[in-house]
Amino acid sequence: MADGWWTYVVIIVAGFLATDIWRWIGVLIGHRLNEDSEALYWVRAVATALVMAVTAKLIVFPTGTLAHSPLWLRLAAAGVGFAVFLATGKRVAVGVLVPIAILITGLLFLQP
Amino acid sequence: MSSSRGNLGWFFTGMRGIVSLPAFILMTSYVGFSAFALESGMTRGEAVAMTLGIWALPAQMILIGTMLSNAHIAASFLAVTLSSIRMMPMVASIMPEMRTKKTPLPVLLFLSHFIAITSWVFASRHLRDVPKQYRVAFFAGFGMTLTLTNTLIVGVSYGVVSQFPPVIAGALFMLTPVYFISSIWASAVQPVVKIAFVIGIVAGPTFALVAPGFDVLIAGIGGGSAAYLIDRHRRRKAHSKKEAA
Repeated sequence: MADGWWTYVVIIVAGFLATDIWRWIGVLIGHRLNEDSEALYWVRAVATALVMAVTAKLIVFPTGTLAHSPLWLRLAAAGVGFAVFLATGKRVAVGVLVPIAILITGLLFLQP
Repeated sequence: MSSSRGNLGWFFTGMRGIVSLPAFILMTSYVGFSAFALESGMTRGEAVAMTLGIWALPAQMILIGTMLSNAHIAASFLAVTLSSIRMMPMVASIMPEMRTKKTPLPVLLFLSHFIAITSWVFASRHLRDVPKQYRVAFFAGFGMTLTLTNTLIVGVSYGVVSQFPPVIAGALFMLTPVYFISSIWASAVQPVVKIAFVIGIVAGPTFALVAPGFDVLIAGIGGGSAAYLIDRHRRRKAHSKKEAA
């Protein structure tokens, strides 16, 4: 790895600037949008689809320890959890705890 | 809630959001990041600078990945900036709700740094409960506290926590997506958000197989546009039905 100071240059240019440029452009675009304007509907839809795409990828293609767990277990945990969440009045705590409980149970059962 | 509170009061209310499930989930992710940074040969100072300066976990991981492969700074920039394009619609969708006509642009540019997935979900859920003129203060309180706390966590846990036991690590990793799924659905008021939610969940993994590297962008822009068109069709139909009646 390169010298210490060069690493910080990389962090500032390829990290900070590379990321915040898009935040600043987002501010400039959002600044022109009115609440409940037609364009804001589209921006909201794109932002939501983006975030959910990232989210679903975390479950289907996880990194780290979960990469070794079976896909069906992760999908079952998320799917059953979401169904219980919908059926019990949409409480976020339920939507988080049920899938985690299913996942942990599955992981413990599957352990060699 | 009393609206006699001023900006400072709402700033503190925002700060209190640090004691919440999403903040806790993000903190565990950042403990994981500091372990990853150590393993990858980053110094404590570099890990802290990345957290404070980039404030987007995927971008931080990608930057470290490119640095490990000794990529040219331009290649690192390209890889990170591609993953960060998603910030643009996220920030843009929050601005109309957050600002008033009097909010100075530099304040919004500064505060946009603190918008990442967790604070975007938090803002989408809670901004509407805050009187409009105090929303900037409220978000500043939450966003800045969340970023600074996690920066501190990376600095402190660096070298201390190397790894969680596998089952715990797996459960902690799973917290993030299941939290997003339930909280985004619970806070979705407009049907367009629910349509985009479903399309995004299906499109993300699908395009990861078809067009890796650009999957999130395609799923976001393509899937989001599709959701918008479906919703517009739905709204027009409802509208013309009303007219006919």
